[in-house]
Amino acid sequence: MSPDFGRHLRKRRAAERRFRWYGIAAITIALGVLATLFFTLIREGYTAFVQTEIALDVHLDAEIIDPDGVRDPEKLSRVRYNRIVEAALIDAVGGPGAVDPAGLDEIVSSGAQFILRDIVLADPGLIGQTVRVWLPTSSNVDQANKGYVSRDLPQSQRRITNAQFDVLDRLEAGGRMQLVFNSALFVNADSRQPELAGLWGAIVGSFYTLVVCFLLAFPIGIGAAIYLEEFARKGRLTDLIEVNINNLAAVPSIVFGLLGLAVFIQAFGLPRSASLVGGFVLALMTLPTIIIATRASLKAVPSSIRDAATALGASKLQATFHHVLPLALPGILTGSIIGMAQALGETAPLLMIGMNAFITEAPGGLTEGATALPSQIYLWADSSERGFVERTSAGILVLLAFLLVMNGIAIYLRKRFERRW
Amino acid sequence: MKMTTMKAESRVNVVDATATGIAPEAKMTAREVRVCYGEAEALHGIDLDICVGEGLSLIGPSGCGKSTFLRCLNRMNDTIEGCRVIGSITLDGEDIYDPRLDVVQLRARVGMVFQKPNPFPKSIFDNVAYGPRLHGLAANRHELANIVERSLKRAGLWEEVKDRLAQPGTGLSGGQQQRLCIARALAVDPEVVLMDEPCSSLDPIATARIEELIDELRESYTIVIVTHNMQQAARVSQKTAFFHLGDLIEVGDTEQVFTSPRAQRTRDYITGRFG
Repeated sequence: MSPDFGRHLRKRRAAERRFRWYGIAAITIALGVLATLFFTLIREGYTAFVQTEIALDVHLDAEIIDPDGVRDPEKLSRVRYNRIVEAALIDAVGGPGAVDPAGLDEIVSSGAQFILRDIVLADPGLIGQTVRVWLPTSSNVDQANKGYVSRDLPQSQRRITNAQFDVLDRLEAGGRMQLVFNSALFVNADSRQPELAGLWGAIVGSFYTLVVCFLLAFPIGIGAAIYLEEFARKGRLTDLIEVNINNLAAVPSIVFGLLGLAVFIQAFGLPRSASLVGGFVLALMTLPTIIIATRASLKAVPSSIRDAATALGASKLQATFHHVLPLALPGILTGSIIGMAQALGETAPLLMIGMNAFITEAPGGLTEGATALPSQIYLWADSSERGFVERTSAGILVLLAFLLVMNGIAIYLRKRFERRW
Repeated sequence: MKMTTMKAESRVNVVDATATGIAPEAKMTAREVRVCYGEAEALHGIDLDICVGEGLSLIGPSGCGKSTFLRCLNRMNDTIEGCRVIGSITLDGEDIYDPRLDVVQLRARVGMVFQKPNPFPKSIFDNVAYGPRLHGLAANRHELANIVERSLKRAGLWEEVKDRLAQPGTGLSGGQQQRLCIARALAVDPEVVLMDEPCSSLDPIATARIEELIDELRESYTIVIVTHNMQQAARVSQKTAFFHLGDLIEVGDTEQVFTSPRAQRTRDYITGRFG
């Protein structure tokens, strides 16, 4: 063995070792970034999944609620329940005169009166009795209870006054304060009050949008891909179409939003902020992804399978639908779901068609005003209240959870339908 | 009187002495067949008759056009972009390139087995049943099962797979897969079976089995086989046609072609000077 040979061998081994270290370093960096992202989001956002509630013994005074004693639901729903809530709060902290009354009305969430109203409407027999109810606090109190408001700051620089802290201490001492799972985050739509704002409206809006997007993009995309790959004569025209589809996949999404605004809303007169239009726009954006993924999976099916079917007398259509398409299905499904996941996280085009509006109810249909998860996050990120800051992170976590579920489904389908030969 | 004829052509060196037009038993005839891939001509006018119940081998070096010619016989070349076939090919006197002819029916009558075993990634049963289902050959499941059994028996595979018909065809060994492909082709009851180097990806034992099978099948089907292996041609066919550079150089009884070839190029190829 010549000395040259040995030297070459050493060099080769060193190169291989180096490359392995590069790979390990790259993966470590990637995982580190991902871990940082999740750590930050969870640290910022986990408190949004709980909400401070206080227990009040509410006296449902018949004099205030139903002075005529007729139990008319119409009248019952127009009572000013916040007065009753405030009275109960004063009782809870030691009666009138025990605390400074200034700022008492900012302790309990402004949504508490509606909770009380619903209790009374559900069971008018409670009128005249005293019931203990757990009511959500306002966002400021919630943040203070979670430890985000420092008592060391001068009073003028914090959102909770000394008098309010006094009230909170008394409630705490009386065992009237607790942190519970924040179901409002999942059942409410958007609100100006952080403690009442939830993701339900955005989830429904995103769902409608994705359904429209899927129903349009999936069949059209797969149909186009099958035609281009299996049936179309290869030539200048198909080359041109192919180049354009690839370009379309690289067009910035906000351009699709502008297109949707100009075509669907201006020209066709479809309503603004509607999930129908959102679905149209996202379908345009997802189409190239689905077409490219489908064509790639069709191409990956060995031509011997097409030959086998053709030689048995199958037409092109039969060969494609009996053999090629089933074999390409795992790839098609994976590509489509990844396209849909992309559409779920897309914000820019939705901003152009008004799906970032302030909407306080879950949309009841495709043409009603709606927001979507990413645009809801965008809206909350714009708000300065501390309650919205944590909700922004929580919203991102929920969106990521949906994306993880969708990717999980893609992996499952791939494994389920994968065939070997 | 079985014979294969060739038309005298300047390019064709040798003319079969007994050639007298179309032989009465000719199952398929090719006249002046030219095939172009785009601008390039791959076959330069082939005249060849294929007779009923005979095994015909197409031999020649790589790229000589023998596979291209084979694929003309059931119009598989239609699936290749830019491929044009000129000339006439008939099956029982009917022009198979006639636009009125149904290509589905043609391929049901002229079956094909490929170089690499290509079973569908489905069960053994479904592989064989695909053709009959496609052409509606079976009225019910019972009949279909009969067709599958008969085809597998003819392909000599029945005993090996009868207990596992529901298992994937792709799980069989290479030789078994190829016999499955033959069974699949036989299931639609073809008159002619085309085989494109059916043993080239198999080991010697599997090859021997397939060769035996081809010999048996000759009794009921007209078989055209493309092969690289001259011993194989000698073993399985009665007629041999030698192709070179897109021309048909010589065709005749297998024994005659191998023992006393009339053309110099055939002799050179058979004795291993090129190819």
